[in-house]
Amino acid sequence: MPAEAFHEWLRQEGRIVIVGASLAGLRAAETLRAEGFAGSLTMIGDEPHEPYDRPPLSKAVLLGKASPDHTELPRRRDIDATWRLGVAAAGLDMAARRVRLADGEEVPYDRLLIATGVHSRPWPKEEEAQLDGVFVLRTRDDAVRLHRRMKGPPRRVLVIGAGFTGSEIASACRDQGIAVTVAERADAPLVGALGGVIGAVAAELHRENGVDLRTGIMVTGLEGDTTGRVRVAHLSDGSSVETDVVVVSLGASRNTGWLAGSGLGAGPRGIACDAGCRAFDFRGIVTDDIYVAGDVARSPHPLFGYQFLSLEHWGNAVAQAEVAAHNMISAGADRRPHMWVPAFWSSQFGVNIKSVGVPSMGEEVMITQGSLTERRFVGVYGYQGRVIAAVSFDNTRWLEFYQRLIETGAPFPVEFPTVDRRPEGRKPVPADFPDPSLPTHGPTVTLSGYSPADRQLVFTPARH
Amino acid sequence: MTNGPLLQRITDYANRADPYPLYEELRRTPVLHEEEDGPYAVSSYYDILGLLHDPRVSSDATNLIAAGADELSGPEATGLPPSFIRLDPPEHDRLRRIANSSFGPPHRPDRIDSMSGELGGIVTELIDGFGDARQIDLVDQFAYPFPVTVICRLLGVPREDEPRFRTWVDPIVAALDPETRQRTDDDFQRASQEARMQLGMYLAGLVEQRTKEPRDDLLSDLAASHGTDGTMSMMEVLSTAVLLLIAGHETTVNLITNGMLTLLRHPEYLHRLREDPGLSVRIVEELLRYEPPVQLVPQRTCVADIDLRGVTIPKGARIWLMLAAGNRDPERFADPDRFDPDREDIEHLGFGSGIHICFGAPLARREAQLALAELARRLDNPRLVEDPPPYRRNAVLRGPRHLNIAVNSVRS
Ligand SMILES: Cc1cc2nc3c(=O)[nH]c(=O)nc-3n(C[C@H](O)[C@H](O)[C@H](O)COP(=O)(O)OP(=O)(O)OC[C@H]3O[C@@H](n4cnc5c(N)ncnc54)[C@H](O)[C@@H]3O)c2cc1C
Repeated sequence: MPAEAFHEWLRQEGRIVIVGASLAGLRAAETLRAEGFAGSLTMIGDEPHEPYDRPPLSKAVLLGKASPDHTELPRRRDIDATWRLGVAAAGLDMAARRVRLADGEEVPYDRLLIATGVHSRPWPKEEEAQLDGVFVLRTRDDAVRLHRRMKGPPRRVLVIGAGFTGSEIASACRDQGIAVTVAERADAPLVGALGGVIGAVAAELHRENGVDLRTGIMVTGLEGDTTGRVRVAHLSDGSSVETDVVVVSLGASRNTGWLAGSGLGAGPRGIACDAGCRAFDFRGIVTDDIYVAGDVARSPHPLFGYQFLSLEHWGNAVAQAEVAAHNMISAGADRRPHMWVPAFWSSQFGVNIKSVGVPSMGEEVMITQGSLTERRFVGVYGYQGRVIAAVSFDNTRWLEFYQRLIETGAPFPVEFPTVDRRPEGRKPVPADFPDPSLPTHGPTVTLSGYSPADRQLVFTPARH
Repeated sequence: MTNGPLLQRITDYANRADPYPLYEELRRTPVLHEEEDGPYAVSSYYDILGLLHDPRVSSDATNLIAAGADELSGPEATGLPPSFIRLDPPEHDRLRRIANSSFGPPHRPDRIDSMSGELGGIVTELIDGFGDARQIDLVDQFAYPFPVTVICRLLGVPREDEPRFRTWVDPIVAALDPETRQRTDDDFQRASQEARMQLGMYLAGLVEQRTKEPRDDLLSDLAASHGTDGTMSMMEVLSTAVLLLIAGHETTVNLITNGMLTLLRHPEYLHRLREDPGLSVRIVEELLRYEPPVQLVPQRTCVADIDLRGVTIPKGARIWLMLAAGNRDPERFADPDRFDPDREDIEHLGFGSGIHICFGAPLARREAQLALAELARRLDNPRLVEDPPPYRRNAVLRGPRHLNIAVNSVRS
């Protein structure tokens, strides 16, 4: 069948299966229908719930301002799908184009979208992880359990890991007057994501809000009482913390286990795909019937040296799902690349944090607006003479401008004055990431155009 | 300051009823600079959006004065410091944050929502007031008194004082208009500054009262914010109150009037709105795109050279952000000249964007939604008596001065 006729048939009568019935899965399904897909659609999700939103789980839900049962994702349109909830996909037969479910059933597809996301890395010592009072926070069910225990209230909560989620949990505890200790291996919270300069501001936020913040330290073991409830945590400096609730926030692992042996290029770092969201097989050959989107995907980004980025960003999941869905039912020339500029937000201790670009690639950072001491600022990250990222604390509304600087490869340091009359520093300082992994020098690629349809890459060869 | 021929035509009253063909012409030169000391008019959607988020673009009155162009709110001249709409960070952020703490989330997330019943009551009262008239001037009998009553209640300003503050508001608003500003003689400027001061003094009396006996209104909250921690000076309280009072009604009048005019020109939506009041949400969003009450922002200047579409806007130059032109930019909206509340994607510039995004947007939306839904429900067979209606002079805050509507009856 010629490509065009095939796509016409696919749009009318094809079978599309989406594995992972959460944010990316739902938005992809809606896009498919919005773009006229009339065939059959099957949504497979291992959680028993309809798609819900995760960001509130570590914010409004823990604060008791929203019920974990009321975080359903708003629906953009009716998707007329067959829902298979509460059953995991357990295997994939790429040749026969079938997804095998945990209950033994098989679902055939013409196009498959994998949007299985990530799961929280559990406490590595299994027996200790089983102790009553030890939690992770990824799902609604996790949130229900943790929230119930927080209402106790606990005498002290221990958060292991001061990334975004860990910091938000600590913030929620303090907001409710619960004593909390945060243990972080790096020298400050958020260091992995934003570097030491901004991390120092985050550390102040924690301490000023009464968090017992322990940095440069590791939790070496958890100990329970005779009834199996967690009682005390031991730290690498020989100290210990008495606690009755431990939240393990050590980051996430990709949900790719079910693809073992399938021949797809899937591993612990995610599923590699091309800029059009088509998955690679393990030989590095691109498939044309299997697509990936959301936290589970790793895709090359031209703005960032074509590095394969895996992002755990809400906005990325939505944008990538839309591109994947569009491409699944479009013939070659109509396809679009996923060129979303990474953006992430968080709110903690009453501060709105937002970043664009990839701060962790930054070598240097400079404060262009506001001031670190007021904790209202915009910080710009530079990488090899260009703007690579920006972060704002309580200054979100400027970020679009900085996104444009990133997209167009604007020079760093930023030379121009701004309307802000607190030009604190206004000179770059080392961003202070613990382990900078610097990609090699290369040509410059920038983005132009606004709408998804006319976004263009502009390629500038390396100068000598 | 002088404006070249195209900008002059845009400010020219003769083109007030339908400036959109001119905006289309304008967009052909997305960064238009006609006269050496004239403004740079920016008219395409993405450029405007970009500049609204550009930290090189200042709203600060003193920068404008430096650029030799603005006489409106110099602190020495009026005695009242500029309101936050005319300030940059950090002052802007501080004042707006304090004002917001009694108006919106996170502190008062329900302030607007909780007013719905009250707003509905005012709407009903005004429409009941039409009696069995067969012809109504929608502006004088409804679109003006409604938001005035609301902002008075919200601030805690006695409604009976409206005729008094009206005499001060008019010259202040007139001074926003580039056309008037161009013809301006010193007397005119002085009159507007004087008026602002008078209004400030009038409000000072109320603020003083509220300091002693706080009530549940914004003036009381503002008065309290001038507290022990010294977060707002008394002068800042007053200029904020002046701003809220004026901005709180001068724009909503036009939103409602433009809305009714547009619905009468597109009766299918008027009918649909009657059947389904919930449609008012989409209708109002599309109105903010299609007939925005604030047509342009003429008060920005840049603090550094800005390159835009091959043009360098030099440091110190004045920029006009042509919101209404951007809202009908075909690069951004499919079929932009069509009024289409069913469009999926209406991210308009009607309220601006960036740190100065309309402070009262949630209230203005709610007011317009309620007003239009109720008018659609209660007016029996409404018809325009004259089309186009007579417009107000102002090119910035554009809207009909009168909107005469014939009806068969007013339903109960
Ligand atoms: C507590 C918390 C707070 C967050 N806060 C923010 C924030 O403030 N800002 C931000 O940008 N992002 C935030 N995020 C990240 C954001 O929620 C994710 O980026 C987003 O959920 C990714 O969507 P997704 O659909 O790719 O993956 P997920 O939401 O992880 O969905 C994947 C789904 O697939 C299911 N699944 C997995 N394996 C299988 C299988 N074999 N068969 C069937 N189903 C399977 C999973 O159970 C899950 O339901 C937060 C995340 C969490 C957990």
